[in-house]
Order: sequence, then C-alpha cells, then structure tokens
Amino acid sequence: MDVVSRTWQWLATASHWSGPDGVWHRLGEHLFLTAACLLISCAVALPVAVVLGHTGKGGALAVNLANAGRAVPTFAVLVLLVLGPLGSYGSLPTVLALVLFAIPPLLTNAYVGMREVDRDMVQAARGMGMTGGQVIARVELPLAFPLLATGIRSAAVQVVGTATLAALAGGGGLGRIITAGFRLTDTAQVVAGALLVAVLALLVEGVFVLLQRLLDPMRAGIRAGIRAGRGR
Amino acid sequence: MAGESCLISNAWICGEYVRTRGQELTDAVLQHIGITAASVAIGVLVAFPLALLARRWRGLAGPVLGATTVLYTIPSLAMFSLLVPMYGLSVAVVITGLVLYALTILVRNILAGLAGVPEEAREAARGMGYGPLRLLFAVELPLALPSLMAGLRIATVSTISLTTVGAIIGYGGLGNLILEGKNSYFKAEVLTASVLCVVLAVLADLALLLVQRLLTPWTRAGRGRAGRRGRARAEEKAVAV
Repeated sequence: MDVVSRTWQWLATASHWSGPDGVWHRLGEHLFLTAACLLISCAVALPVAVVLGHTGKGGALAVNLANAGRAVPTFAVLVLLVLGPLGSYGSLPTVLALVLFAIPPLLTNAYVGMREVDRDMVQAARGMGMTGGQVIARVELPLAFPLLATGIRSAAVQVVGTATLAALAGGGGLGRIITAGFRLTDTAQVVAGALLVAVLALLVEGVFVLLQRLLDPMRAGIRAGIRAGRGR
Repeated sequence: MAGESCLISNAWICGEYVRTRGQELTDAVLQHIGITAASVAIGVLVAFPLALLARRWRGLAGPVLGATTVLYTIPSLAMFSLLVPMYGLSVAVVITGLVLYALTILVRNILAGLAGVPEEAREAARGMGYGPLRLLFAVELPLALPSLMAGLRIATVSTISLTTVGAIIGYGGLGNLILEGKNSYFKAEVLTASVLCVVLAVLADLALLLVQRLLTPWTRAGRGRAGRRGRARAEEKAVAV
C-alpha cells in the first residue's frame, strides 16, 4: 500500500513533529484542552447529578439531556459559537463547546448510578443515624462509582473527539493536522493526523478503564478484606 | 427589518436567505437524509447477523462488542480521514464511517433485547413445535422490539448529527452549508442549517417512536403506570450504554 508507506514517512519526518504546527505542539494543545474542559465539566455536572440522584428529583432532565446532546450536532455548535459574540475571545468558544458536550454523559451516568443504589442500603444507613451528607459520601458515592467513572470515561472520549472537530471550526489541537492535510491535498498527512487522533482517543479510553479498576472503592474494600482475612 | 437588509447586515435569522437559497437547502436536506438512511439501513443489516452470531457463540460476544466499542471511541473526523485512502473523496467514506458508529449501538441493543426475552416464552414456543427460525422471527424478535427500537432511535439521531462532519470531504448534507457558512462568515446559513439538522433529528426520533408504538401494540394495552415505568427504565439503560 502506497498510502501506508507515505503515512509512515510523514510520521518519521522529524520536522513534522516540531514547531508551532508540529505534532508535539498540537498534542499539547489537545491534551490541555481535554484536561481543562474535563475538569470544568466534572466540577459543573457531578455535584448537580449527585444532589439530583440523592434527592431523586430531576430524573427526566438528566436522562433527556443525554438524548438532546446526541441530537445537537457538535460541529454546528462549534461553528455557531465561533461566529457568535464569543468568537473574538480566542479559544473560549472551543472550551465552551467541549464543556457543553461533556456534561450530558457525566450528568446522566452519575444520576443513574446514584439512583441504582439499593434503596435498602440507603434506608439502613439512615437507620444507623447517618446524615444526608454521610449517606452520600459513605454509601451512595462508593456504590455509584462504576457508573460515575463510566460517565467520566465517556466524557473524556467525547472531549477528545470534540477537540478534534474544533480544528474544523478554526480551533487548535491534533485535528489541525488533518484539516491542514485536506487543504494541502496531502493524503499521507490526513491519515497520519487521523492515526494520531485515533491512538490518543484509544489511549485516553484505556487509561480511564485502568483508573476505574484501580480506584473502585468497592474493589479496594474487597482487596483490603482479603488481605485482612489472610492476616488473621 | 426589511427582508433584503438581513442578508447585507449578516443577521442570524434571515427569511430572505431561506427564500432565495431554497433549492440549496432542499438539496442539502435530501443529501443529509440519504446519507443517514443508507448508513442506518446498512448498519441494521450488518448488526443483526453480528448480534445473532455473538449470541449463538458466546465466545464471540466479547470480541464483537470490544471491536465495536473501539470503533466507537475513534473521533468522527479521524474515522472519516482514515477511510479516505480506501474510497477516495466519495460519499462511501461518510456512509462507512457512520455505519461503523451505528454498529456499536445497534449490536448492543439487539443483544440486550434478545437476552431480555423470557425463557418461558421460548419454552412455550418450542413446546408448540416452533423451529429455531420461526422462534426467532415470531417470538423473540417481537419481544425484543422495544430494546431494538430504542437502539435504532439512538443510532439514527446520532447518525443525523454526525453526518455534518462529512462536510470535511464535501458529503455532509447540511454540514456542507455549515462549513461553507463558517468559511464565508455567513451567519444565517450556519444557523438555518444547524436548526434544520436538529429538526431532522427530532422528526426522525418521533417517526421511529410512532413506528415502535404501531409495531408493539401490546406494550400499551392496559398497563398504565407499570408499563410506563418499565419503558422509562429501558430508556435509561439504553442511554447508559
């Protein structure tokens, strides 16, 4: 395959990796955007979802938000924000779009996770005299962790994808390598950029799967239990 | 404001634009519908045998679900770009990419639907002398229909939204107008195309909901609250995929 060898050549050329249009700089932009927007959207969505899930209110909102997020084209929102009054503030439109599209998976998964906690456990915790905050911190959050983490993982993957699209609307990130490749009709560059983006998305997914396994409080509890049992 | 001035003042909402570029908008909508319909139809045709295979041989379920999930992780712009060497700058690139995305949702929901068929229903059908094929089409599929349709609705709505990204190779339906409007800083074009895109998604969702109601009349009959609650739970599950 000619494309494969030319793509390899593109990737193996040192000058494509350095400079303001180089892979390293674009990767840095991409990672910074992803991390910043993921943190912002977690800070916005998770507290709301936890409170809604704890009180059992707003379920329709949490579920419908995910459906609405799916129906609204990311690309359209990116372009609308760039052309809008915020367009003159550098990467602000991109950040806003990334946060907007990360919130639905976070909110929906965290809400469903909180609601699926066994009501008997919550009742038992209340019976033991735990306050609302204690029930959230010691019972509901640990049990809701798997879905909470799934939401964060899908949000992270979503943000990586949206950040790629941002290039089409004039933003930075690895997507710029792809769009520049299209403009230069350089198929090798297009494919190389796409490969980098795909690998980054899969790596992010992989890292979050790993973190989810390591951090699950229920699993940690089981491990501690096994260790304690052996010690005895 | 007079109709003519909104094109000159570059307003967001412009009736004059819709009137003068009606043909362009219709063409874009038709291309959008065509790409979506082809992608979802091919997606269903591929997902169905895949789901049946994964159900028949349990060992295949893991790899099939794993592979579709990996595909789903790849961002749309990268997916389309990776397919360019295979098909050149043709509509096949966009359709193939969209089919691959739809597969994840469809395979999962078909499998979940089939797994949710009560064993008693299967036993009863077998006891009545149903063969495997008749069991599938006359008993299992109708019972799996709610989950299947939920998957189809999600796949269709997200396909309509993702089609816009096809603009990068010139086959994005309404996405073409959005990209063109972005490049020429034409606000009315971008907003009109974006709104049409959302309207298209909502209409498709409602149409499929209607089809689902017509195909599964038993889910409405004399259930009331329990049925509604069950459906709400099914939708939550489908969303969490």
